[in-house]
Amino acid sequence: MITSTELASSIRWHALKMVSAANASHIGGVLSMADTLAVLYADVLDVFPNQINHPNRDRFILSKGHCCAGVYAALALRGFIPIDELESYGKDGSRLMAHISHKVPGVEFSTGSLGHGLPFAVGKALAGKKRNESWRTFVLISDGELNEGSNWEAVLFAPQHQLDNLVLIIDYNKIQSLGSVKDVLELEPLRAKFEAFRWAVHEVDGHNHNSLRDAFDNIPFTKNKPSCLITHTTKGKGVDYMENELAWHYRAPNSELLARALSQIEAKKP
Amino acid sequence: MRTAFIEELIVQARHNPRLFLVVGDLGYSVIEPFAAEFPDRYLNAGVAEQNMTGLAAGLASEGYHVFTYSIANFPTLRCLEQIRNDVCYHDLPVTVVAVGAGLAYGNLGYSHHAVQDIAILRTLPGMHILSPADPGEARAAVQWLSANPRPSYLRLGKAGEKQLYAAGPLSQDPIVVRHGNPDVALVATGSVLEIALETATQEAIEGRTPPTVISMPWVHPPTVGMTKVFEKFKTVICVEEQIREGGIREMLTSILPRTIDVNGLSLRSEAAVTVGSQKFLRNMAGLSVKGVQELLAESISNPLRT
Repeated sequence: MITSTELASSIRWHALKMVSAANASHIGGVLSMADTLAVLYADVLDVFPNQINHPNRDRFILSKGHCCAGVYAALALRGFIPIDELESYGKDGSRLMAHISHKVPGVEFSTGSLGHGLPFAVGKALAGKKRNESWRTFVLISDGELNEGSNWEAVLFAPQHQLDNLVLIIDYNKIQSLGSVKDVLELEPLRAKFEAFRWAVHEVDGHNHNSLRDAFDNIPFTKNKPSCLITHTTKGKGVDYMENELAWHYRAPNSELLARALSQIEAKKP
Repeated sequence: MRTAFIEELIVQARHNPRLFLVVGDLGYSVIEPFAAEFPDRYLNAGVAEQNMTGLAAGLASEGYHVFTYSIANFPTLRCLEQIRNDVCYHDLPVTVVAVGAGLAYGNLGYSHHAVQDIAILRTLPGMHILSPADPGEARAAVQWLSANPRPSYLRLGKAGEKQLYAAGPLSQDPIVVRHGNPDVALVATGSVLEIALETATQEAIEGRTPPTVISMPWVHPPTVGMTKVFEKFKTVICVEEQIREGGIREMLTSILPRTIDVNGLSLRSEAAVTVGSQKFLRNMAGLSVKGVQELLAESISNPLRT
């Protein structure tokens, strides 16, 4: 079984190649959540590559659908789709569209317009709760996405219905589409906001696999409350010239920059 | 009509365990019997239509057939993208129910006039639109929906609509509810069918051959039956409580042979700025017996107008 460290490294490696080949955007946000994805797909999510619709699978929803390259890579590395297929990402005729698609095995829900994943996840969690199911619903959202009002409707709703089978993960890399979160629409005090909305909140270093595992091991953080995990991350994490640089929300690395990025990932390979 | 809806939903829910009702904090004195009988399949999502629709899609993805219920434009336009992306794109069994079709909430003002819903929802992939004219058609629509879970929109009037005819099971084809002139069809969707029927009666009283009156509770997608029913006529006059753009008149114009003269009465797209009852506002827009009679006279005297 692949370790989370190996998985994180491979997700980064593949996603960089995919984004570069497709001349696609959003690599910064893929790299910021790569460690969370790796821990989820290596150690946390109960998923079944050979039976993708297994009734007891955990449901994972990527609400920041523009960062799907990371999820496609994780799914390929876990055996849901052929690894070779990743090369088709974003290209004519491919099912690997550049915002996550439910036509890809292992993907529960298509997103792309922000603020859709959490309400959908709330519905899934509610269904699971009503039927006393053991599976859980995880939804990963971006920080900029919290500007969307639809999320706050769902944030009100989840504790009202004691959805402790719901886990909201916030990839808090502090940079959104046109600037820093602080400068666009400040989210702080973020933890206090969620606590005021009656969620159980944990904060972790989103690049520390042990911290992430510890947090996920403690779901629900509080019985009868939805769990919110704020992962503090660095946009572009793992590639020196991309880290905390807004431009890599948009740019795709050319072959020279790609080689530099890949060598940095390989150097840190476990 | 809303009472017929909830009564039939209860009947269906007794043998269809998938049915689930989510309301947007509206439905006072309507939805209570459902909530009382099926507390585990009833939910008030609060005044939050985007979340209501998103979570309905989530519930539907886990096997429920979810009815979202609110009034006017709230369950449709406010959360249009959730209907488009979460429901239709994923082909999930969510039925959006809006009470207050057209000008039913006339004196509540333009915010409450549901006059673009058919036009807008028609463009969504896989969407099915049902627009009953009376309580009987509303019951038939709910029966059909329960048996055919899919992305759908049920456009209801309000309360107190008369039973206009004895509706059978929902027909995907337009239904002749009063035979008349074999060359002229007067077709209505929704409760304006009442105006069409009254027009026919008035024409007969005035000594003219009344038009054949047709109800069209099934609005979208277009069916082969629509063409079959209407191609027998020379003139098809549509009466709709919705703006002309994207309504049934434009739809029939696009699907029927060009040899058929399709015209009709619709609402203007300009916002109504005058307060008024449904009847008052309909009259202002020409949606009245007199208005339809004028159009009939004009169409029959000049059958080649387009």
